[in-house]
Amino acid sequence: MPHTAIADTPQLRVELRGVGKSFGGTPVLRDIDLVLEPGSVHALVGENGAGKSTLSKIISGLYTADRGQLVVDGEREHFTSPREALDRGIATIAQELALVPELTVAENVFLGREPRTAGWIDRKKLKREFLEVAARSGFDLDPDQVVGGMRTADQQKVEILRALARGASLIIMDEPTAALARHDAELLHDVVRQLAASGRTVLLISHFLGEVLALADTVTILRDGRHIRTAPAADETEATLIEGMLGRTLSSIFPDKPVVADDAPEVLRVSDLVAPGVNGVSLSVKAGEIVGLAGLVGAGRSEIAHAIYGSVPRASGIVAIDGANCPADIPRTLKKGIFLISESRKEQGLVLGRPIRDNVTLSNMGQIASGGWVRTGDERRASRGLLDRVTVAGDDRRDVSALSGGNQQKVLFGRALQKVRKLLIADEPTRGVDVGSRRAIYDLIVQQAEQGIGVLVISSDVEEVLGLAHRVLVVRGGRIVAELEGDAMTEENIITAAFADPITTGGAA
Amino acid sequence: MSIETPEKTAPAPPRAPRSGGAGEQDALRAFLRRVPWRSVAIVVPFLAVFVALSIGSPAFLSAQNIGNVLDRQSGILIIAAAATLVLIAGGIDLSVGATYMFTAVVCGTIIVRVGGETGAALGIIVGILAGLVIGLINGIISTYLKINPLIATLAMSFIILGATKLVSQFGKEGVGQIRVDVPEFRWLALLKPLGVSLPTWIAFIVLIVLGVVLWRTTFGRYVYAAGGNAEAARLAGIRVNVVRIATFAIAGTAAGLAGVIDLARTPSVPENDAIATTLTFTVLAGIVVGGTSILGGAGAVWRTVLGILFIAMLYNGFTLLRIDPLFQGIALGVIILVAVGFDAWSRTRRR
Ligand SMILES: Nc1ncnc2c1ncn2[C@@H]1O[C@H](COP(=O)(O)OP(=O)(O)OP(=O)(O)O)[C@@H](O)[C@H]1O
Ligand SMILES: [Mg+2]
Repeated sequence: MPHTAIADTPQLRVELRGVGKSFGGTPVLRDIDLVLEPGSVHALVGENGAGKSTLSKIISGLYTADRGQLVVDGEREHFTSPREALDRGIATIAQELALVPELTVAENVFLGREPRTAGWIDRKKLKREFLEVAARSGFDLDPDQVVGGMRTADQQKVEILRALARGASLIIMDEPTAALARHDAELLHDVVRQLAASGRTVLLISHFLGEVLALADTVTILRDGRHIRTAPAADETEATLIEGMLGRTLSSIFPDKPVVADDAPEVLRVSDLVAPGVNGVSLSVKAGEIVGLAGLVGAGRSEIAHAIYGSVPRASGIVAIDGANCPADIPRTLKKGIFLISESRKEQGLVLGRPIRDNVTLSNMGQIASGGWVRTGDERRASRGLLDRVTVAGDDRRDVSALSGGNQQKVLFGRALQKVRKLLIADEPTRGVDVGSRRAIYDLIVQQAEQGIGVLVISSDVEEVLGLAHRVLVVRGGRIVAELEGDAMTEENIITAAFADPITTGGAA
Repeated sequence: MSIETPEKTAPAPPRAPRSGGAGEQDALRAFLRRVPWRSVAIVVPFLAVFVALSIGSPAFLSAQNIGNVLDRQSGILIIAAAATLVLIAGGIDLSVGATYMFTAVVCGTIIVRVGGETGAALGIIVGILAGLVIGLINGIISTYLKINPLIATLAMSFIILGATKLVSQFGKEGVGQIRVDVPEFRWLALLKPLGVSLPTWIAFIVLIVLGVVLWRTTFGRYVYAAGGNAEAARLAGIRVNVVRIATFAIAGTAAGLAGVIDLARTPSVPENDAIATTLTFTVLAGIVVGGTSILGGAGAVWRTVLGILFIAMLYNGFTLLRIDPLFQGIALGVIILVAVGFDAWSRTRRR
């Protein structure tokens, strides 16, 4: 049910009628009818590649529909750029934030439309107008703080304020919490509620079904570009959503944990590792064991991963694979059998302008080439085989940038499967991945462990860590502050250790 | 589990335009949307100018004219193909012109000083090796020493031109230029196996080899990855610096080879820095007009070949049609802007 509106915000009723869209002849959206009621939170769920982002991009003017109509407040609209949509009151909070890190909060909010006096930016007026917008939204932000150092959740608030300052009444958020730690995600949830309470409409795309059910008034399910149904969130449960998205039921999100033999040898031993952001870490992983690294964003989990992988220089400490010392040099750590699936697929993982095929085979070209000469037949088969295992269908000669976010993540995972490794480090392996495919990735991780590969999983999703790992290490300030095993592996213990002040956890490794 | 849209409808061939406004327009629009604009970009104007010149000037399509153009362009084609690898790997080489000049002078000086067949052989080998060494230096300072390749090779370009003058003092007899009009050396340019000049043959082979290296080898994949996303490439286990140095080394060697070949064609080295600068600019112009991205990560050797030949054809056309050569520079500048603008447009083209 829509929240009651506050008088001064313009209301916007956005409607899609029979909207269809194809890319290169392949339909990705078919005949979509949808109404976004003003003052409500409307969630959009569906598998990776279902067409959620495409749909939102049509509304926000980034793409044009091939057929059908976009109707805003009863008028047919033909946006040819995001700018035109913004002028009509439709704004998108992109997942990759578009702020200027060197500028302050207020400057970012009014970027490009600063109040001026005789050509000079009027700082007093800037601040006054900022406080006005901030007060109306209920956000508590320091206008003079420099954006660069702020946490992602606060930066998102700045983006939202920027949208509000430009008079946006429909705000589209495409997976806004995918990269947020739980605490920050909750902050963003409050923001979404405030926006709806102020009469604005929020179109929320998310793979976290709990979040969807808690926030949304209405949920729309897409599958393979088709509109499955739109229903009040109150009528849905996680199970009904999953069934609608996948077209089948999913008994459990997590696979059974593989058994680790008591006498399983140690594959990884790290002693007193010091590196940028890593302040003396010792840990070990046994063959077939899945170890979770939990902690807050910025606690140093990714830094530990990179120090082990050798992608940053190590100041001191030893990393040993099967007892043999492993120098900090990626080609050599790869040869020793360590593989890192890095956290940010766009910056650290994929070469976006290259074909899917090239991307998935990149880390082990030796397998598909003799003496530096690529055997294209083998390349094609290797790529197809890897993509099948990570369930990415379609022509692999397309650029990887044409894939949906979740499928890009799976391509990156596919690289890890090129050959049998000894240690697999997966940094946020399911970021932006839908429930069904998430299960596919969990299955892959478990399969790896069953083959005797040690796995180190980093995740901000506590449930994921608990559901996958045999043992959890909690990281804070570049150190391991707690080791949890068996019955001690609870959400509460992880969160306490991740937040706690040194006194309560001082004794831990 | 099906993740992507299930229908694998092969892109339908463009339908014959139907009569009746809306349908025709839709079909046309669908066709235009499906054309991979970025990949055809250079082909269309290249063919257009080729056909236009063939019609406009009977002399153009003669075997002699085409042969001359190719012979004269062989050096620049070799350099541009190699410099394409540098650009794709995420670097840029502004010193190819200077290197070309330097290697020609080194080669010429050795031939003058040593003389005979030994001198010619030694000149050719040392000239090419000098290019390789310069390329390695370029590569090392722009990777391990972390100096931006634009600046690094710009600085190197001045250093190399200075060194060229230093060396040439030993090769000059009296005041004139270095002249190497000796048969022991000039066969390199004068031989015509199967009626095609040896420089054209060499260029042809080099282009094929570089094109195939980029297209079908592990190294080629690494070149694209290094330029497309250096950090991702590094984390995937590619030694990005080594790959980049290799591309610079290839470019240097190519400049050396071109310097030696052109010396054999001319057969003297004029004392003029502007020739080096113009060469560098023309190489870059050809690469860009062909459609290789200046940002790295995308491009191909065949594109550069078309780009360079397009420019050459244009100049040739100006001469044949007796248009004031004054306008050549202006025309080329406009073409570069159009090419780059088109590239930007096709990149951001709305879906
Ligand atoms: N620019 C593009 N060019 C070609 N195909 C594209 C392009 N953008 C998206 N697609 C295809 O359209 C389909 C829908 O993609 P979209 O990004 O909308 O999915 P999504 O529902 O947002 O998925 P995810 O949950 O993974 O983000 C996918 O099959 C994708 O490969
Ligand atoms: Mg998406």
